Amino acid sequence: MSQQATQRPDRAEYFEVRILRQDGPGQPSYWERHRIQREKDMNVISVLQRIAAQGTTIDGQKVAPVAWDCSCLEEVCGACTMLVNGRVRQACTALVDRLLAEVPKEIELRPMTKFPVIRDLLVDRSRMFHALKRVKAWIPVGGYYHIGASQRQSQSDQEEAYPLSLCMTCGCCVEACPQFTKLELTQLEEETNAEFEQRKNQAYEYAYIGPHAINQAVLFNTHPTGKLNAHERWDALMEEGGLQICGNAQNCVMVCPKNIPLTASIARAGRATTFRMLQKIFDR
Amino acid sequence: MAKHRVLVVGGGLAGLAAAMKLAELGIDVDLMSLVPVKRSHSVCAQGGINSVNEQTRHLGDREWMHFDDTVYGGDFLQHQPPAMEMAFGAPKIIDLMDRLGVPFNRTQEGFLDRRRFGGTLFRRTAFAGATTGQQLLYALDEQVRRWEVEGNIRKYEFWDFLGPIRDGNGECRGCVAQDLVTMEIRAFPADAVVIATGGAGLLFGRSTMSMACNGSAASRCYQAGAQYGNAEFVQVHPTAIPGADKLRLMSESARGEGGRVWVPRTPQDPRDPRDIPDGERYYFLEARYPAYGNLVPRDIATREIFDICVNEGLSVERDRQCVYLDLTHIPRRELDRKLAGILEIYEKFQGIDPRDVPMKIFPAVHYCMGGLWVDYERTGEGGLQLGSPRNQVTSIPGLYAIGECDYQYHGANRLGANSLLSCIFSGLIIGGTIQTLFESRSGKTAAEEEPAFYDRERRRHEEEFQHLLQRAPGGANPYAIHAELGEVMTKAATVVRRNDQLAQAYDQVGDLEQRARSCSLSDTTRWTNQNAVFTRALGDMFPVAKAILKGALLRDECRGAHFKPAFAMPSLTADNPQERRAQAEAWCDRFEENNRRWLKSTIARHEAGEPQITYEDVDTSLIPPRPRLYGLAGAKVIEEVWKERQRTRGVASAAAARANGATTSR
Repeated sequence: MSQQATQRPDRAEYFEVRILRQDGPGQPSYWERHRIQREKDMNVISVLQRIAAQGTTIDGQKVAPVAWDCSCLEEVCGACTMLVNGRVRQACTALVDRLLAEVPKEIELRPMTKFPVIRDLLVDRSRMFHALKRVKAWIPVGGYYHIGASQRQSQSDQEEAYPLSLCMTCGCCVEACPQFTKLELTQLEEETNAEFEQRKNQAYEYAYIGPHAINQAVLFNTHPTGKLNAHERWDALMEEGGLQICGNAQNCVMVCPKNIPLTASIARAGRATTFRMLQKIFDR
Repeated sequence: MAKHRVLVVGGGLAGLAAAMKLAELGIDVDLMSLVPVKRSHSVCAQGGINSVNEQTRHLGDREWMHFDDTVYGGDFLQHQPPAMEMAFGAPKIIDLMDRLGVPFNRTQEGFLDRRRFGGTLFRRTAFAGATTGQQLLYALDEQVRRWEVEGNIRKYEFWDFLGPIRDGNGECRGCVAQDLVTMEIRAFPADAVVIATGGAGLLFGRSTMSMACNGSAASRCYQAGAQYGNAEFVQVHPTAIPGADKLRLMSESARGEGGRVWVPRTPQDPRDPRDIPDGERYYFLEARYPAYGNLVPRDIATREIFDICVNEGLSVERDRQCVYLDLTHIPRRELDRKLAGILEIYEKFQGIDPRDVPMKIFPAVHYCMGGLWVDYERTGEGGLQLGSPRNQVTSIPGLYAIGECDYQYHGANRLGANSLLSCIFSGLIIGGTIQTLFESRSGKTAAEEEPAFYDRERRRHEEEFQHLLQRAPGGANPYAIHAELGEVMTKAATVVRRNDQLAQAYDQVGDLEQRARSCSLSDTTRWTNQNAVFTRALGDMFPVAKAILKGALLRDECRGAHFKPAFAMPSLTADNPQERRAQAEAWCDRFEENNRRWLKSTIARHEAGEPQITYEDVDTSLIPPRPRLYGLAGAKVIEEVWKERQRTRGVASAAAARANGATTSR
């Protein structure tokens, strides 16, 4: 990789970036093209930074900078998810050298399709965070005063839990999931921002929770303390918009940037909820 | 009477810990953040979190020694009571995070595993792979979500804090903020405001910090009258991966797990690093610091790497400065278990597997020791009076600061794996502080104040925003000015500082500030306008940048991360024991004289657009300042002389007695 980089010729080299833009919710989307000078160690983030600084398209038209979401730039915060050359991924680890090796001269950027577009590449992922509430993705400790440490845990238990806890709520898995469909509400004229939020949250209650939330339920249900209220999380997975929506396409695990074994978590949750259902029938 | 409400600004470890603790105490919280709190910069912390633990205790470690390492590593510039309380609180914090479900690495027996970090000889650092910050943050994020469901915490994510609201008495009664999606500007009445907005890495252009770390919230408080402390102390991390958009951290834990730093003895040796035999490698940290080896404190490791590249010309590459950080001698399985997170970052961005090939790294701006000045209340024995409303309060009553954006815990240099600790510690203690504050209040709550009072403040910010949108076209480009600011700051105010360069940089930053005032926007809409938000934040970078430069310019000494070669303490040169002894005496005289002059917090006040600097004494009553002698030629003799002096004054024995007493009493 770095050898290739050092062999690059000195003369300026350019490539094009095609971006699917949208000025706001409900507005039509449109393509825009930019011309960017190739530099060492570029990623899609630095491309978007250059576009903001240049302020003009390939045709010399003055345009507003592209809106997009980013924070850590090292693939640990989950903010900068978008479709790069048609593939859902983080923009920060999308390295220009590699993208141009796959598709010469051009990079295509689009917002995720499963979430309402706020503007350009920025989408509203609040539904994913809401799903974490539905599965009670936390340890219900009694308080934060000092009462000593938690239980001992084997190395193998830690090694099993750790990968599940790497989920950044980035949205790759749900973007790739055929069962996860877009839910977009429109703010009514008489509605305040807070009221609109509330109506969105109500709609989220019944929509598919997605692989990331199922994985979180499994993570907390295998924790020594989390286990104690495991039935609440399994019950949440059995409600409308729960685990049963999963069609076992297995796309989620293919696109997860953190290689979280999502399908293994889904399978575990499937077994546990089946058991839970039988238990409920016999306990009646 | 209506219920009191707290506004917490910033949702990293400090802000989340504060929100969660306040909720537990029955106090309602509004939690505001530029980004969804789960994406806060704390996720980037990799290596771990320090505390004395059962294993180190058996090797003679005590909380007092963690405290001692913290102040020695910080070159004695922090007030000691809060730092001591933090070290004593650390084991309890680790227990709490363990209970909250953080998947810390385990020993074979199932206890928390520990690794060694810089600036200490004990293995104090608990860790969750190499993504400890992310895991700690998630645990707190989950607790906050739980309180959100209960209705005790309301989140305002994608909101920009525009400034505190002060009443006629100067007290903080809330803030004005802007929704970054709808661009709505709103006043938030609050009975206390807690700023937990982290560092200001963006002032340096590229750093290891996230894009949200622009320092704007702290700067807006500073411009509204809050004092800024020790601004000039900025930590440059020794090991980062250079990149076009960001300098990505390569955690100290890589060295904690045995990573070795070296350069080829032949400058720019063209061979593959794996083909260079051991004898032709210069392990310069191990050679220069036999006791600490690769784990010297960060400021020292950074200067040595800088020195080896810049002054000795031994950089691995000709056109770029870097040294090798080598893990290839450690078994793959071990590396995957303990460091996978950071090795994947290197692999993803450099396309090279660091398990097979040594990494190329170079120092990068990493952490602000300085920040908003905050107060504390000391107990008779020298600890922190927990629950005092003075703890963590800025110079504006009702306005508090915690986490990286306060100046409190790390002095002139922060030890590795102490930042996560200080964030959670200050976040947790703010709970009791605010509880006491509210119990003592009898007047109207913020919610009961005249709406007109808040509306006036809101309108003022609304007008400012209108002016920003209506700026004439054709002005300067804010992104270009930001890039220039980053270059000026990185050149003048990082590893090595010189007065001529600092003075010049101060003028340049003033010019940039002028030009930034006429920046025009390329986006003038009122919907998700990132261009306007960035331009506004850029304007707020200059006051802090100037405080950093002026603080650095005035401080004619070397202390921790602030290194001015022109004022460095000399090594001992004499070979003759008597002369050497005399030199050591003179060295100690100069050291004491320097401390009398400079062992003081730098306090900046924003007046008429410029920082006015004064100095404040530091409470060093618990551990007397002593020379920081890592690697200095003649360290032994200086230490002898120093100890004799302390003995004659009876200082050392008093401190030792206190240390022994303190190990059991707290």
